Amino acid sequence: MAEAKNMVYLALQNNEDARGIIEAIEEDNPHAEINHFPAMVKIDAKGKLVVNKATVEEKIGREWDPQEIHVSLISLSGNVVEEDDSFAVVRDN
Amino acid sequence: MAVKAIIPDYQGTALDPVENFHGNIMFHVNWEKHLMFCAPLAMAMPPDTPFSQLVEGTLTEAYGYHPDMARVDWQTVTWTRDHEPFEPDFNATLAENGVIHRTLLRFTAPGLEGIAGSAT
Amino acid sequence: MSKKLNLRERYQRMTRDLAWEPTYQSKKDIYPQMDFEGIKIHDWDKWEDPFRLTMDSYWKYQAEKEKKLYSIIDAFAQNNGHLNVTDARYINALKLFLTGVSPLEYAAHRGFAMVGRQFAGVGTQVACQMQSIDELRHVQTQVHTISHYNKYFNGFHDFRHMHDRVWYLSVPKSFFDDAMSAGPFEFITAISFSFEYVLTNLLFMPFMSGAAYNGDMATVTFGFSAQSDESRHMTLGLEVIKFMVEQDPDNIPIVQGWIDKWFWRGYRLLTLVGMMMDYMLPKRVMSWREAWEIYFEQNGGALFEDLERYGLRMPKYWEQTIEGKDHISHQAWSIFYNYTHAAAFHTWIPEDEELDWLSSKYPDTFDKYYRPRYEHWREQAEAGNRFYNPTLPMLCQTCQIPMGFTEPGDPTTIGFRQSDFEDNRYHFCSDGCKDIFDNEPQKYCQAWMPVHQIYQGNCGGATVPEVLDWYHLKFGIDNFDYADSPDRKNWQAWKGLGDEAGADQEGEAAA
Repeated sequence: MAEAKNMVYLALQNNEDARGIIEAIEEDNPHAEINHFPAMVKIDAKGKLVVNKATVEEKIGREWDPQEIHVSLISLSGNVVEEDDSFAVVRDN
Repeated sequence: MAVKAIIPDYQGTALDPVENFHGNIMFHVNWEKHLMFCAPLAMAMPPDTPFSQLVEGTLTEAYGYHPDMARVDWQTVTWTRDHEPFEPDFNATLAENGVIHRTLLRFTAPGLEGIAGSAT
Repeated sequence: MSKKLNLRERYQRMTRDLAWEPTYQSKKDIYPQMDFEGIKIHDWDKWEDPFRLTMDSYWKYQAEKEKKLYSIIDAFAQNNGHLNVTDARYINALKLFLTGVSPLEYAAHRGFAMVGRQFAGVGTQVACQMQSIDELRHVQTQVHTISHYNKYFNGFHDFRHMHDRVWYLSVPKSFFDDAMSAGPFEFITAISFSFEYVLTNLLFMPFMSGAAYNGDMATVTFGFSAQSDESRHMTLGLEVIKFMVEQDPDNIPIVQGWIDKWFWRGYRLLTLVGMMMDYMLPKRVMSWREAWEIYFEQNGGALFEDLERYGLRMPKYWEQTIEGKDHISHQAWSIFYNYTHAAAFHTWIPEDEELDWLSSKYPDTFDKYYRPRYEHWREQAEAGNRFYNPTLPMLCQTCQIPMGFTEPGDPTTIGFRQSDFEDNRYHFCSDGCKDIFDNEPQKYCQAWMPVHQIYQGNCGGATVPEVLDWYHLKFGIDNFDYADSPDRKNWQAWKGLGDEAGADQEGEAAA
C-alpha cells in the first residue's frame, strides 16, 4: 500500500532464512527504520532500500542469489529494481 | 447504459420474471424498526391470496418470535407500498391490492420500536 | 565474451524475446478481446515488468516455498495442531474461508489464465501467467492446510459444491463471476488493482492474523507462504493502472468507472471479513472499524492522493464506508444468527467479555443498536427458545447479500433502492449497488439469486431440509448454534473441559 510520499518498505518473515537479509539491509541502509511485528519484520525508508548480494553473502557465509528474497518476502512498497548483484525498492518522486 | 459486450447489442435473459414462479408472485415485506429480523422478508404466494391471510396468517407467524408481535393492532398499522402510502383492503386479494411480483410492502406499528426501543 | 547472461539479458531473452510479430494472422484475430471495452493501447512495450523473474527462477523459489509449507503442515497434523486453537468456535472462520475464499483463488487462477491469453502484450502475458499459477498454488495449499481440520470438524466436507449453491456463498461467487465475465481490462482492474492492491490487506491480514492470534499455525504458515506471491500481485495491480491511464487519456474515465464499481463490490464482499474479525475470533486482533481506518482510510487515502496525478480520484461512495464501518459487521453477524439453521457453520452469542470488547471498539453504535438484540437473543436461547428466522430474506440484486444494511444517516431503517428494467423490478441495498446494475442491467438481470431460485423450485424442494440436502449440508451437524453442535461436544471432550453439551457427531442432541 502506498504510504507517505516517497517512502518505501520491505516486509520479511522473521525467521532464520531472512535473518542475514535483514542484517544486510540494516548495514547498507542506515536511513532505514526496522519494526518488529508478530512473525514479521517491516523495514521502512525514504526513497530507496537496497539489498546487496555481497553483504548478504558475508552475513550468511554462502553464495546468495538476490532473487532468493522471494522465499522470505511478505510485502513491499516501491518500484522494484532487480540486478544480478542487488534487489532494491525505490520511489523517487 | 448497456453492458459492454463482445457481441454487439447483447441482451441477457432475466432469471426472475413472474412466469418462473409457478403461479406465485414473489414480493417483500418489512416490519419497520424491528431489525431483529435482519432483513426484509421475501415471500412467494398466489396473487389471489386474501390480504387478511397475509397479515393474520403469514406475517403474524413470520414475525411471531418478537415480543412486540402480540401487541400489534393491525387496524392501526400504517403501510407503504413501493414507498407510497397505502391503505390495504383486508378483504381483497394481494393482486387487487396492487401487490404484484417484486412489490415492497413496509409497515409500521405505532409505538412499537423493538427491544428496549432500539429498533431491534 | 561473457558466457553468462546478466539478469536483464536473461529476463529479456526468456520473456520479451519469446514474443513475435505474427505474419500470417492478424493481431485482431489473435487477440479479439482487446478493443470492445474501449481501452486504447498504443504501445505494449511501454509495459514495465514489476519483477524480472524468469520461469526457471520462479519454479525454483516457489518449489522451495512449497517444501517448507508442506513440512510444516505435516508437523502440524502429526502433532494434532488443531487442539492448540483457542477454542473450536474459531474453526468456523476456516469453514467460511474454505467455502467462500478458496474457490475464489481457483477462479482467479482461471481468470488470469484467460486474460493472460487475451492480452496482446508479452510483458503482461507473462505476469498474468505467473499469477495464474500462483493462484492455483494458493487454492491447493489452502485445501491441503484446511483438509486437516476436515478430519475433526464439520462443515468442510464439500466446499466446492457448497460454493456453487449455498445462499451466502453466492456473494463471493458472484463477485468473481462478474469479473470473469467482463473483458480482460476490467478483470485485471477489478482483481489486480481493486482487490489485490487496494483491498488486499482487509482480506489477508484479518484471516492470517486471526489465525496467528488463535493458535492456528497451519493457516499462518499458508498465509506467509502466499504473502510473497501477493507482493508480486500488488505490484502488477499498480502497474496495470499506470499503464492503462498513461497509454491514452480516453482510458481514464473507463478505468475510473471500474475503480468505482469494484471498490463497492469489494467493500460489500468484505462484510464477511468484518463479521469474522469482530465475532468469530475468540482472541481478536483488532476491530473491523480499526482495520478499515488503517487499511482504507489512511493507506487507501494516501494511495488515491498519489493517483491524482494520473487523473484518478477516490472511488464513488467511499464516504458511506466511513459510516458503515460502525455497523456492517454487526449487521452481518445478525444475518447469520438469523439463518444459522441454513448455514454450514455455527454462530453464537458473544460472551460478556466479548460484548464488552465490542462496546469499547464501537462506542457510538454497539450499545445503542446491537447489544440489546444480542442480550435478548441470549436470554431466549437460555430459555430454550433460540431464534431462527423462518422466512427467506430479501436480497440485493447486485451484491446478493440479504438486505440488512441500513440507510446512511439512519441505523434504524433498512436502506432501499430500486430500478426497473424491461418489465421487471430489481432491488438494491445501496446507491453503489444500484449504480452497478444501472450501468449494465443486461448482466445483472441474469444473476442466480439463491432466494429467488429456491422459490422457483430449483434448489431441491420447497422445504428447508430439502434445500439443505441439495446444499450437501448435514442437518443437525453442520448447522445450528455452536452450543448445540457436535463440534462443541467433541472439543469439550478432546480438551477434557467437561460440560459436553452439544450434539453427537450423528446429530443427536446430548442429554
